[in-house]
Amino acid sequence: MDLQTLWFAAVALLWTGFLLLEGFDFGVAALLPVLGRRPADRHLMLRSIGPLWDGNEVWLITAAGAVFAAFPGWYATWLPALYLPFVLVLFGLIIRAVAFEWRHSHHTERWDSTWTHVITTGSLIAAAGIGAALAATTLGLPIDGDGNRVGGPFAGLGWPALLGAVAVLGFSLVHGAVFLALKTDGPVRLAARAFARRWSPVAALPLLGWAGLLQLHSGTVLTGALWLVAALAVVVTWARIRVDREGQAFTAWAVVLLGSAATVFGAVYPVVVPSTIDPAFDVTISDASVSNYTLTIMTWTTGIALPVVLGYQAWTYWVFRKRLSAEPGTPHAEPVSA
Amino acid sequence: MDVLDIARWQFGITTVYHFLMVPLTIGLGVLVAVMHTMWVRTSKPEWLRMTRFWGRVYLINFVLGVATGLVQEFQFGLAWSEYSRFVGDVFGSLLALEALLAFFLESTFLGLWIFGWGRIPKKLHLASLWAAVIGSIVSAYFIIAANSWMQHPVGVVVDDATGRPLQVDFGAVLTNNTALAAFSHTIVGSLLVAGALLVGIGLWHLRRRKLAGAPATEVDHAVWRRSVRLGGVVSLAAFVLVAVTGDLQAKLMYQQQPLKMSSAEALCETEAPAPFSVFAFGKLGSNECDDVHSWTVPYLLSYLAHGDFSTAVPGVNELQEEYSAVYGATYPDDPSFGDKAGEPIDYAPVLAVTYWNFRLMIGMGVVSAGVAAYALWATRKERVPTSRIGVYGSLLAVGAPFLANASGWIFTEMGRQPFVVYPNPDVPVADQVWFFTAQAVSPGITAAEVWTSLISLTAVYGALAVVELWLIVRFVHRGVTTGDGAPAPGHAPEGTPDEDLPGGRDATDDDVLSFAY
Ligand code: HDD
Ligand code: HEM
Ligand code: HEM
Repeated sequence: MDLQTLWFAAVALLWTGFLLLEGFDFGVAALLPVLGRRPADRHLMLRSIGPLWDGNEVWLITAAGAVFAAFPGWYATWLPALYLPFVLVLFGLIIRAVAFEWRHSHHTERWDSTWTHVITTGSLIAAAGIGAALAATTLGLPIDGDGNRVGGPFAGLGWPALLGAVAVLGFSLVHGAVFLALKTDGPVRLAARAFARRWSPVAALPLLGWAGLLQLHSGTVLTGALWLVAALAVVVTWARIRVDREGQAFTAWAVVLLGSAATVFGAVYPVVVPSTIDPAFDVTISDASVSNYTLTIMTWTTGIALPVVLGYQAWTYWVFRKRLSAEPGTPHAEPVSA
Repeated sequence: MDVLDIARWQFGITTVYHFLMVPLTIGLGVLVAVMHTMWVRTSKPEWLRMTRFWGRVYLINFVLGVATGLVQEFQFGLAWSEYSRFVGDVFGSLLALEALLAFFLESTFLGLWIFGWGRIPKKLHLASLWAAVIGSIVSAYFIIAANSWMQHPVGVVVDDATGRPLQVDFGAVLTNNTALAAFSHTIVGSLLVAGALLVGIGLWHLRRRKLAGAPATEVDHAVWRRSVRLGGVVSLAAFVLVAVTGDLQAKLMYQQQPLKMSSAEALCETEAPAPFSVFAFGKLGSNECDDVHSWTVPYLLSYLAHGDFSTAVPGVNELQEEYSAVYGATYPDDPSFGDKAGEPIDYAPVLAVTYWNFRLMIGMGVVSAGVAAYALWATRKERVPTSRIGVYGSLLAVGAPFLANASGWIFTEMGRQPFVVYPNPDVPVADQVWFFTAQAVSPGITAAEVWTSLISLTAVYGALAVVELWLIVRFVHRGVTTGDGAPAPGHAPEGTPDEDLPGGRDATDDDVLSFAY
């Protein structure tokens, strides 16, 4: 495999990892008004993602950084084409980050509920916006031969962006619910299970649709098989959550994302920004890439550093593996069963 | 204003704002880690309280640093896509490595530190704070290496096909002398910020307790006293180091960006020996060098630039001519230069900005050092100062090193105009890479878009600043014992011997320091 392909795979992996990790904290935050009926429940939900969300967010920074580092031509085409949507995502992420911190810095009911709403709103905006941006860079943007957007500030926001927004939102909501079922105890756990039971089949449709479109357009046999795996995993998720096997449902739902993302990136390869104006204007990995020297250096440093990072991140997940509970009498009951 | 000007304002505003949090994160992180280490080693209750109190301030600030840093990461692509394309072979990998090697370390281990109280073994808990602090310092190194490469591009050759720099020596990029000097200068400048904060707030609390008649035997007294002493010593040491590293930078600047130096001095004509200007008057704002006059200290600039008292320092007028001859008197008549195409190039940065920011940086550093010296003197031998001017002055002076940092960056960044990537004079002109700021902006975006983001970002940042300040002031006002950061009873009991709390124990809500729920 040449280095450009390797880095395309690495970038795809980073975006997928980001969705897989931050997906559940987006989802938990978005479900606050739905599943967190009592203040203690909301508190519990936030506590389940408290130690993890910032580390998850670094996956986004790394994914964006890797796009810049390996494919500056992709970075420099994609971001300005979706200038305002990206700015909106940044706002979502900013208000969400400060709300996590500020919410408990002052104790009145209004303060509390205001910042809880801000966390929910910020997470919804960020999840939808990132979904829109990822769908646009795989399904197509109106760019000309110089990589410049044609048609004004909102030209990038067609149906592909909408599909991507709904896909990532749908995935995150169920992902957050299954995570809560796995991670908490008491009423939140029950409500989260019920939510996942009801919504998992529907919520995956936009994601499978996005991957399916790419599969039809430029898929291979392999990506087609991956798509089938993803579709099958939806059924497994639904079946396992029905019998309250939360660990298995969580794993199966992760496979839904992994399979769909692999289909999306596998089918679009080697194009990184398809042009909706003329396929001749498509930006490919070789147009966008840095030199082999720079890719080699990044391959070495990443090859050494990434396993270490994965190791200590996994370790923190393990440290905070305990099931949480809002009931004062029954703290941290049973360990998580997979 | 055209897209270029709006985008420049946006970059300047958001970056200077980001750099209000950054030095506090770096400097206070180190000091909180020292406090925590002292607690683990001595089990003295005041070190625990200091760790909890200052740790909380550190975290409140950290989150805003993260939130504003995100904007920085995306900004190069959003508004400066031509820049990103041009520097891509070097610049992007440094940003990605920063995220991979530093941001993961910072965020993961900080989460562990915050939620780890009483859950993980004590030494491991301490080590996780150190890991996060080291992460911040590593992050500073990579981003400054990226910035310094634009000030002094090394380790590249010109790619004949595209005219862009091609990286050939990554080691040279990492050991760029500009980066090493700027990194050390920035780190010690950050320590000055943290030191001033400890001094200002510590003195205020000491005075308040004394006036309220609180006994000096209480733990809280020791908390504030140690804070002042620690902050004072750190500030003084940091000031000396800031001067030493700054001197190093000035010598590099003389070789690498002579126009920045002569503009910082409003030195019009080449002089040997060159004097250092203390105060300039005349029409600095007109950017006509010859309208400026100043009070000067003879020989000093020669020393600053070259380490002796006789070297000639070239003046703005002469350098302007040299640069025009080499890099062109006018911008190429090419659409990629936007409104600037075909216009004459002014190689001198805005004189008033470079001149005054240089002096503001140094002056505010001197103020901090003076306050630190006062604080150490006023608290000698268990004394507590009650002078209103002294104590409130020190509190006010908490802002001084923030200002110094901001003006240092504004000086560095605006002093390199009109280039965004400055030609490296160590290599022959044919092998140099350079890039004008006028070419760097994204060509496809509209002024309306950048206006929208500039106005909304500025408004949101302003609102965040208000809430943030209110929270910090309220928290600081409450002090250690009643503040949110007060040690939770029953956990990590103060002064008890070094017994690790059972690993399986779940922290109670109050025990969670911050961030979380
Ligand atoms: C001298 C140090 C320094 C400088 C010049 C900058 N930063 Fe910064 N940045 C830090 C030092 C730092 C830090 C100390 O590591 C921060 C500050 C507060 C914090 O939370 O981490 C941080 C946070 C931070 C984050 C969030 C990290 C996280 O989620 O943990 C991002 C994405 C950036 N920065 C990106 C940038 C970019 C693209 C810059 C260039 C314009 C920049 N920073 C200038
Ligand atoms: C170390 C990382 C940094 C990088 C990579 C960086 C890069 C840049 C870039 C690309 C621009 C826009 C082009 C231009 O106007 O020349 C710029 C401008 C600017 N930067 Fe930086 N910068 C960094 C740090 C900082 C910091 C920490 C500050 C201040 C606290 C700062 C202050 C400014 C200002 C004020 C401008 C506007 C200058 C002008 O347009 O005249 N920079 N910088
Ligand atoms: C005391 C004497 C000082 C001297 C001689 C000095 C010198 C310098 C010089 C020459 C530069 C420009 C580097 C360049 O553009 O190449 C610079 C930048 C800077 N200074 Fe200072 N400085 C001093 C004090 C301070 C203080 C007190 C602070 C803050 C607490 C500070 C913070 C900065 C920062 C943040 C920058 C921009 C980043 C960099 O290039 O390092 N400086 N300083």
